[in-house]
Amino acid sequence: MKRTQSRALPYLLLAPSLVFLTAIFLLPLVQTIALSFSESGVASLGNYRRMVSDLNFGLALCNTFLLVLVVVPIQLALALGMSVMIEKIGRGRDLVLWVWTIPLGVSDLAAGLVWLAILQDRGYLNSALYGLGLIDGPTAWLTYETPGTLFLGVVLAEIWRATAIVLVILVAGLQLIPKEYREAAEVFGARPWTIFRRITLPLLKPSIQTALILRTVLAFEVFAVVYAIGGTNFPVLVGEAYTWQNANQNTGVAAAYAMLIVVISLAATAIYLRALRVPAEQQP
Amino acid sequence: MKSILASGTAVAILLSASFAAAQDVNFLSTQLRPVEEAQKVRQVLLKGVPGKVSYLVEEPPQFDVRMKAEGKAGKRTISVAGALHGELQPLVTSGDLDTVDDLVAKLADRGIPQGLLELGKLGTGKQVYIPWMQATYIMVARKEALASLPAGADVNALTYDQLEAWGKALTEKTGKRLIGFPAGPKGLMPRFYQGYLYPSFTGGVVTPFRSADAEAMWGKFKSLWQYVNPNSTSYDFMQEPLMAGEVWVAFDHVARLKDALVQEPDKYVTFPAPAGPKGRGYMPVVAGLAIPKGAPDRAGAVAVIEHLTKPEIQVKTAAEVGFFPVVKAELPADLSPGIKLIAEGVAKTQGAKDALPALLPIGLGDKGGEFNKVFSDSFQRIVLRGENPRAVLDAQAAVLKGLMEATKAPCWAPDKASEAACPVD
Repeated sequence: MKRTQSRALPYLLLAPSLVFLTAIFLLPLVQTIALSFSESGVASLGNYRRMVSDLNFGLALCNTFLLVLVVVPIQLALALGMSVMIEKIGRGRDLVLWVWTIPLGVSDLAAGLVWLAILQDRGYLNSALYGLGLIDGPTAWLTYETPGTLFLGVVLAEIWRATAIVLVILVAGLQLIPKEYREAAEVFGARPWTIFRRITLPLLKPSIQTALILRTVLAFEVFAVVYAIGGTNFPVLVGEAYTWQNANQNTGVAAAYAMLIVVISLAATAIYLRALRVPAEQQP
Repeated sequence: MKSILASGTAVAILLSASFAAAQDVNFLSTQLRPVEEAQKVRQVLLKGVPGKVSYLVEEPPQFDVRMKAEGKAGKRTISVAGALHGELQPLVTSGDLDTVDDLVAKLADRGIPQGLLELGKLGTGKQVYIPWMQATYIMVARKEALASLPAGADVNALTYDQLEAWGKALTEKTGKRLIGFPAGPKGLMPRFYQGYLYPSFTGGVVTPFRSADAEAMWGKFKSLWQYVNPNSTSYDFMQEPLMAGEVWVAFDHVARLKDALVQEPDKYVTFPAPAGPKGRGYMPVVAGLAIPKGAPDRAGAVAVIEHLTKPEIQVKTAAEVGFFPVVKAELPADLSPGIKLIAEGVAKTQGAKDALPALLPIGLGDKGGEFNKVFSDSFQRIVLRGENPRAVLDAQAAVLKGLMEATKAPCWAPDKASEAACPVD
């Protein structure tokens, strides 16, 4: 009796989360898949056809990938630098870490609005430049006519908002690396750059993998910041899903967009899992 | 003991809340949604209604879902529904609205114009809603812009050519593009194409969508767009850019211009949208009050409708929220200067000699969003991306045709009436 109970125990403990996941994740996922493959109740690929032929589809796909390709590497580099700096700080380390992670507590939309307030025609940046006599009057940077500066604005806001999450993961990862390795390397006369390249980076790989997966998936789902800064001037995939659901009231095409985002996110995760594979014997 | 007391209090609160809810007449509206306006409805406009009324607001898509869901579930909580003509229409098709013929007789002394009452039948032969209030779109200019009006142009009878010349003069004088349109994600720009641009140039909306007139019209609009502020594709409401001086001449719904006009009435003039070769298209916006089938408190609903259509309440509605009377009511002379400006703009629009009323789309149900998209996409492709107008119109006409056939929506004014789905020539 006792034995069967103890065998069932792990499953019993897992059951609540399983029920929870099924109810709020799996069921809606299955429903979304069904929605995306049906048109007024009939199985069809019509929603996908409409999605692909829409005038914003190519642009949204392009913009989303461009954003991920630009933002994620910069964030990783920044976060690596920042986490190594934090390691070196003695007093005040917690204060610096705290300040750097403030954006984590700000919602996407609020972050977008903050940057909108800075960058728009009557924003702080314009006022400052005008005050310094560098421009003649309010300059529009966030319109459909200035895609370059609009993109730059979105990149800036995204970096400001979401580098902290990478930083937190990397700082935790750095703390897991035993000090003995570095001390041994120092004894043999290794320079800091060599230590970073040969010891810190390889041992940090699992954390980098986690951070990259999380950040990339979130970057593919970028929406609120873009919406606040660029409105519909800078179409992205999630924004298009939102427009189809909300303004165009077509749940089918919105579901097709949602599925596309799921597939892209899964593919990105699979690539990272493979590319940054850490053999079991190398794990700290 | 403490916990028993606490739970006792909680139960008491819950009970009293549910009793209160049972007594309230729930009034659900898609109009007057912003917090300040909803508060005006609760504290000013609904004051004096016998019984207790809860004024609830919902965005149009959710309103539609909720009304239909309550009907399907057989469990109504809403007794009065206030929404635009086009938002009430799908509820007739789904059988969610009660007829209110009994109310027409009761309200006979209100002097609601026959044409408006007729609209409230939604083509069914029975009264489905009682007109509640009306509004439209107007143009507003800062007074300093008037100096640059082209020679011989009357601001109250502009043509699209003159608007373009005006924009050009303003740009030459200030170096800025000072005309503004609400073409942002939540802006009402599709209504400009459907109620103003298309009717003025083609005399219709759906049928002449890809006509030669339409092709010429997009060419004109593209040339006007050179003088339009590029931030227009981010503007949802025109009142903010007007107040900031970012835009000097703007088109929008009166409700979305109100803040600017009320706060600085001395700075602005209001006037009708320009005219094209076929007339001066304009879109009257009518909101109505309906009673859902199986409403929990029909008598309470009738009391609310009777109250809101009283001439004095209609005047108050104009003064407080800027929607205009549907009944015979004289607007008082002491109206606030901002609201007076709106009233003038509306009157000049409705009373223009060449006025060409274009109704909000009817019968599209949940395809209203995709209908708007046909026009927004055409604008995006022809004006912003510089694609060939003929090719774009042909492609979009195919989408429009599919939509009309899927919804079987017959034509609405100013298109010629049709028996079956409105044709796209």
